[in-house]
Amino acid sequence: MTDTSWMRESATFTRPVIAEIERAARTGIYDIRGFGARRCVPCFDDLLLLGASMSRYPLEGYRESCRTDVVLGSRFASKPLHLDIPITIAGMSFGALSAQAKEALGRGASMAGTSTTTGDGGMTAEERGQSKHLVYQYLPSRYGMNPDDLRKADAIEIVVGQGAKPGGGGMLLGQKISERVAHMRNLPEGIDQRSACRHPDWTGPDDLEIKIQELREITNWEKPIYVKIGASRPFYDVTLAVKAGADVVVVDGMQGGTAATQEVFIEHVGIPTLPAVRQAVEALQELDMHRTVQLIVSGGIRSGADVAKALAMGADAVSIGTAALIALGDNNAEHEEEYNKLGTSAGFYDDYQDGADPAGINTQDPELAARLDPVEAGKRLSNYLKVLTLETQTLARACGKSNVNNLEPEDLVALTIEAAAMAGVPLAGTQWIPGQNPL
Amino acid sequence: MTSFDLTDGVRSLNQHLQQPHDAATQITAVNAKGKHAVAVGATQLHNITIDGNVGYYCGGMNQHAHIHVKGHAGPGLAENIMSGSVRVTGNAAQYCAASGHGGSVVIEGNASARCGVSMKGVDIVVRGDVGHMSAFMGQSGTLVVCGNAGDALGDSIYEARLYVRGTVKSLGADCVEKDMRAEHKEQLRALLQGAGIDDLAVDEFRRYGSARQLYHFDVDNASAY
Repeated sequence: MTDTSWMRESATFTRPVIAEIERAARTGIYDIRGFGARRCVPCFDDLLLLGASMSRYPLEGYRESCRTDVVLGSRFASKPLHLDIPITIAGMSFGALSAQAKEALGRGASMAGTSTTTGDGGMTAEERGQSKHLVYQYLPSRYGMNPDDLRKADAIEIVVGQGAKPGGGGMLLGQKISERVAHMRNLPEGIDQRSACRHPDWTGPDDLEIKIQELREITNWEKPIYVKIGASRPFYDVTLAVKAGADVVVVDGMQGGTAATQEVFIEHVGIPTLPAVRQAVEALQELDMHRTVQLIVSGGIRSGADVAKALAMGADAVSIGTAALIALGDNNAEHEEEYNKLGTSAGFYDDYQDGADPAGINTQDPELAARLDPVEAGKRLSNYLKVLTLETQTLARACGKSNVNNLEPEDLVALTIEAAAMAGVPLAGTQWIPGQNPL
Repeated sequence: MTSFDLTDGVRSLNQHLQQPHDAATQITAVNAKGKHAVAVGATQLHNITIDGNVGYYCGGMNQHAHIHVKGHAGPGLAENIMSGSVRVTGNAAQYCAASGHGGSVVIEGNASARCGVSMKGVDIVVRGDVGHMSAFMGQSGTLVVCGNAGDALGDSIYEARLYVRGTVKSLGADCVEKDMRAEHKEQLRALLQGAGIDDLAVDEFRRYGSARQLYHFDVDNASAY
């Protein structure tokens, strides 16, 4: 074997970079994949919570209550959502996911007392049937969109953008356009389906205000209306969403997942969740709408620590997508042999677009999809949501909070200058918030 | 006959249209004066006449009702219509019948840009012209244009059928002219008849639809994406 220990690898042309150039030269088409951004960006790991000590006292971990419920959509809707926990399931389509996976998401969310969300392609009976609280996404493609389902939903989420690809439309490759998916979306079976990047009947915030009025008229002013944006200019986008009449704003950072997007889009467009939360909260505060219009944050939420930090920064709730799929069984090592056959390994699998997911989640292949037991997978998701909630409560109690939503920026410090600047909290051990006050 | 004065808003009318009724009702709405979301979300058969111009989204998500606007319509007329019909005596602004899943829409005047954008089964008949990017990403249904069509007609079209009597300024990506066979003439004849147009011959129209060259991603089509 050649001794490579003395060789110096290029920092610019790393082996993955070389491999991608070779792949592009070989195929002539950009790389499309699922999952989310792999690059390292400042995130909630770069923040720490300040536990209570002399100046404030903590709550007893197993004795004193710490509320976790949250009301979403109380601004204008006559029937806001009242969830048991501030952790919701993000929109993921039937088409990208199997019907079994959608059902499992509904089951898990319902057991944990929270909401799940449809996705591009409309609402499935399985999902509606198993979801106590179901948010109906209203997307540019309007695939599967119909007023009956709109009225069956518990809330409506107008999707303007997605953290993995702000400004981009969707795609669902032909391998996943099964007969049922094609029928629901009114498309020929087996084609590579494109989803528009802009809504077909409104452009800009003034139109959106009228669109929201129409949706409220059609649903009797009952349903909370969310506006979801991919984080790129969250201060302005949140401001405009509030002006347009949103009850809830969802801000999805660049670590948010996708079922199929160009690699270059996933890794190079949008901003991380960390600064997006701060800018969104600042917009709400400037409008005096913080806590009146609720803020849901998504994009890379993995643990109760992430949840607690997002809430401390001012979010009312968070949303999870990739983590929920992992809880169902995505990338589980039990499928290692099959991942190897696909040229990958458990923990690295991201070719969701190909529809060959051994875990039966990101697929429309009936045999693969049948591998996922919606009841067992739903239980795993419920367990995971409960752990996230317990962890969040643990941290909130340590900070002396009897309600997880009482966590506040004062409970946070940052480990790096970058994170301090992005989150708007002091660098640990200092009073310094870069960009806000002098040393 | 039930009458609604829209001076104070559209809520009463829309509530009426979404409540169950034993039988179809005749409804008139007056003083529309460009109001938005007039007669949206109807759930069953009604015959509705709206006097005056309407704003955005009139007839949006209509099911079963027949809506007749005696005036002009703003953007998004009959967006996502599922069934029933919407007829406008004047012109319609952009996004007419956007994402319409079924039913029929008739514009006696002209329709602006993106008429039938993302259409999914609706039948649209425009007596006059349509603007640019009409039937963009049209999935199914039919757009009949008795006048002329603007730029990029049928761009990225799927399976929608387009019939144009006048000129087409340009065709969009993957949209091509196709043969007018007997079944197409029969379909067009029925649509014109349904729209109350009896002074035009089907032989005057040309048919356009998808070349189906962009249905699968192919590097050789990169310039068309």
